[in-house]
Amino acid sequence: MSDKTTLTPLDRPNSYVGRTLSRTSAKRAVAGRGHYTDDVILPRMVHSAFVRSPYAHARIGSIDVAAAKRAPGVVLAMTGAELKDMCAMSWHGVLACFEGMKAAHQYPMAVDRACWQGEPVVMVVADTRARAEDACELVAIEWEELPVVAEKTTALDPATPAIHPELGDNLAFRKTIERGDVDAAFRAADFVIEETFEFGRHTAVTLEPRALVAEYDRGTERLTITTSSQVPHMIMTVFARTLGLPEHNVRVIAPDVGGAFGMKIHSYGDELATTAAAIKLGRPVKFIADRLESFVTDIHAREHRITGKMAVSRTGEIQALEIDDLSAAGAYSQYPRTSVFEANQVLTITGGPYKHQNYRGRTTVVYLNKVPTSQYRAVGHPIGISVAEHLIDRAAELAGIDPVDIRRMNVMEDDSYPRLTSTGLKAQDMSHQACIEKLMKAMDYGALRAEQESLRRKGIWRGIGLATFIKGTAPGPHGFYGLGGAPIASQDACVIRLEPSGGIICAVGVTDQGQGVDTVMGQIAATALGVPPDQVRVIEGDTDATPYGGGTYASRATAIGGEATYQAARALRSEILRLAGALLQADPSTLDIVDGKVVDAANGTFRISLAEIGRIGHFQVAELPDDVQPVLSATRRFRLLEKPYIFTNGIHGAHVEVDVDTGFIRHLRHWVVEDCGRVVNPLLADEQVRGGCVQGLGGALYEHCVYDDTAQLQNGTLADYLVPMAAEMPDIAVDHVQTPTQETELGAKGVGESGTGAAPAVLMCAVNDALRPFGARVTRQPMTPEIILTALGKI
Amino acid sequence: MNDEETLQIALTVNGERVTRTVTVRQHLVDFLRNELGLTGSHLGCEHGICGACSVRVDGAVVRGCLMLAVQADGSEVITIEGLSDSGEIADLQERFVERNAMQCGYCTPGMLLTAAELLAKGKPATREEIRTFLSGNFCRCTGYHAIVDAVESTLNRRIGGAGR
Repeated sequence: MSDKTTLTPLDRPNSYVGRTLSRTSAKRAVAGRGHYTDDVILPRMVHSAFVRSPYAHARIGSIDVAAAKRAPGVVLAMTGAELKDMCAMSWHGVLACFEGMKAAHQYPMAVDRACWQGEPVVMVVADTRARAEDACELVAIEWEELPVVAEKTTALDPATPAIHPELGDNLAFRKTIERGDVDAAFRAADFVIEETFEFGRHTAVTLEPRALVAEYDRGTERLTITTSSQVPHMIMTVFARTLGLPEHNVRVIAPDVGGAFGMKIHSYGDELATTAAAIKLGRPVKFIADRLESFVTDIHAREHRITGKMAVSRTGEIQALEIDDLSAAGAYSQYPRTSVFEANQVLTITGGPYKHQNYRGRTTVVYLNKVPTSQYRAVGHPIGISVAEHLIDRAAELAGIDPVDIRRMNVMEDDSYPRLTSTGLKAQDMSHQACIEKLMKAMDYGALRAEQESLRRKGIWRGIGLATFIKGTAPGPHGFYGLGGAPIASQDACVIRLEPSGGIICAVGVTDQGQGVDTVMGQIAATALGVPPDQVRVIEGDTDATPYGGGTYASRATAIGGEATYQAARALRSEILRLAGALLQADPSTLDIVDGKVVDAANGTFRISLAEIGRIGHFQVAELPDDVQPVLSATRRFRLLEKPYIFTNGIHGAHVEVDVDTGFIRHLRHWVVEDCGRVVNPLLADEQVRGGCVQGLGGALYEHCVYDDTAQLQNGTLADYLVPMAAEMPDIAVDHVQTPTQETELGAKGVGESGTGAAPAVLMCAVNDALRPFGARVTRQPMTPEIILTALGKI
Repeated sequence: MNDEETLQIALTVNGERVTRTVTVRQHLVDFLRNELGLTGSHLGCEHGICGACSVRVDGAVVRGCLMLAVQADGSEVITIEGLSDSGEIADLQERFVERNAMQCGYCTPGMLLTAAELLAKGKPATREEIRTFLSGNFCRCTGYHAIVDAVESTLNRRIGGAGR
């Protein structure tokens, strides 16, 4: 798909970009030799456990820790007030880019008031976790229950008390986008479709819970944190600043991470408290969240009530779209990324694939006495995509055209870029039309429709869903964090060097949580340099060993970190050829590196090995002319220059069967065609999409943090909070259209979230397609049997 | 009862005789991880749902978090480390790597223990049957498709291509 006429290193026959290579860490994982944070065992290590608020909102009276301190094995009991005294700053989750946003200041543990069930109040540290938990039982706290704000629709009523009186009310953020003449378009429309949707709050449920081991060396004043994190540099900066330590004395290591999905890009109070305990005690302290506390402390996401309204012509042309979204943050705005990103994303991506230019979006975010919400895989996209795709299916029905034809008619044309999306974002290098046609072939869409028709006559109710999408990936410094004032890098970096052996060490700021980021960086570096991948070792996840970077979030690792790696490796290649030229008395431009050897560019004749250059460059430097000083390494950084995101696009297809007596949904088959630009490793890219789909399907079918009206979580165990298991999930066919982004030489866009973003939408479209003969519609997620049967009027 | 009460237990773990004094409340996986350093068995929920802690006890795959260490007294326990070193699932592990049937790797040991039990039956299985068999093991990363592929192709190779 590339327009580039010159052959780049990426297209050469010996390129490793575009090839499936096995992940370097896979063999270790299958042998049970992975190394996760809980596998770290240090001399004199002790364990923290937390007394957490049993109430959603309560004033803390006296706290008696005397009995806990006397309990066997206990070395420390610390209250929130004592921890506050160790903090150089509070956490205030606002960003300047969210104009008018309000948030309360927060300390890592509750000080005089707990604002959600699960908020840490007292930390107990003992020689075993079990004993620390025993001692937590002995902590006596005087609680005075306060009024609870549990419902978002009434959170702004004058009668509802403000959770944080200093904010005046429970409003976190409000924003409107208006483009074109929306009201005129609605007046002129042949059809207006309006619907209100509910999306249930859910959470990441990483199989490895949050985990941290902190150790403090009083002699060197070095703090070392090993933690299951996507963003070691951000943790280094935030924890150092919060505890008033020099950042350069803090090292953060992220070893193997057992699932993250955005949940592990945030700073959590219990983790900071554990770090403070290590400083206070001068000995290592470990904290591993158990599953029960994960449910009441890991960030939640997606609690939205949203009304969507679409204006459509008789022929099916979308003329305007309007949304009004109300979403519920928790008790605080999660520091440092805030709790309003999701709402902002909904505002900017809803209806994003379509070319209409009349759009009005309103969003309101309110605080509730619940677990704080924040970024979780595919932030906001499941909501925005579900709304637009449902409305367009209804439009197709009214206009009497097929769901695929109405999408064909309304998507931005593949030859129309660069352009603005309907919500006003700059878009380029997208391929909706190509993706739709590829999906039609993959699904054998016509045959599915025919089968659907014949099965309906037998009382079998199958549905076919389609969901086009755009996905914002790889945010740049002009978007949010940098401009917003948060200590979060949107640039990323690679330091690459040639070792005496000829081996290449490639240290990157992006991190791996099992996606294969390290393998992909190795493929890119090997290709740019001209060496086999096994000659490259990638280092990630250690702030002492890697250049400062943003880590992995927002589908940025390959797009941003990959380009930095590509540029660094190209620079190292130039350096190697410079030295080779000096040694061989040849013009470097006549030389090339192929398969780890310097050769004549013209005819491929072997000239000198990289090992020989490494040996001379490090040891036999006297062989070089006096004016040639070997550097043998290169550092490059990359950031997006102008655009807020590199947008990707694609389309999902789904085939489901609904049992209209039980309300059960059988998901038969799922297809995805997406455009993540240049695919570096096809197998790993496909698996990101597949895994992402199932994560999205979980939210669409099962996952729901159910709260009662006192904001008590009702299903905080894995027995009660359902996640997708193998038997319920379908096979997922994945294909790509590759339109390289023009923002980088590598041409890669993000791929990690496009499954999660559109899977809930396509499933809801498919279910509604199955229910169409009954005149029933589902607009709530998760789509439980109860919701289906209610829609059918059976209960 | 005193939670800190201890008992001596003797068992075989991955073919090695082990004798330890353990607190009566310690579950089997905490024992394997903390006392024996066998960190391949993971804890995901500690209430028997997720399957990350699966180990083989006297030939059957059990939830290591739902069994106390003292209940394993006299038993023969096989963990992922032992299963891996024995070569019993070398083919399955190879398929997992080739198919990228793991991402973060946290569920993988438990998933392999469970899949090994299915493979040991030596009978053909459809993809649906494989999915059902693996349904007690939660994987948040892969979406299961790759795992089913890896188990299916191992099974087919073991039984000589039948069941395709």
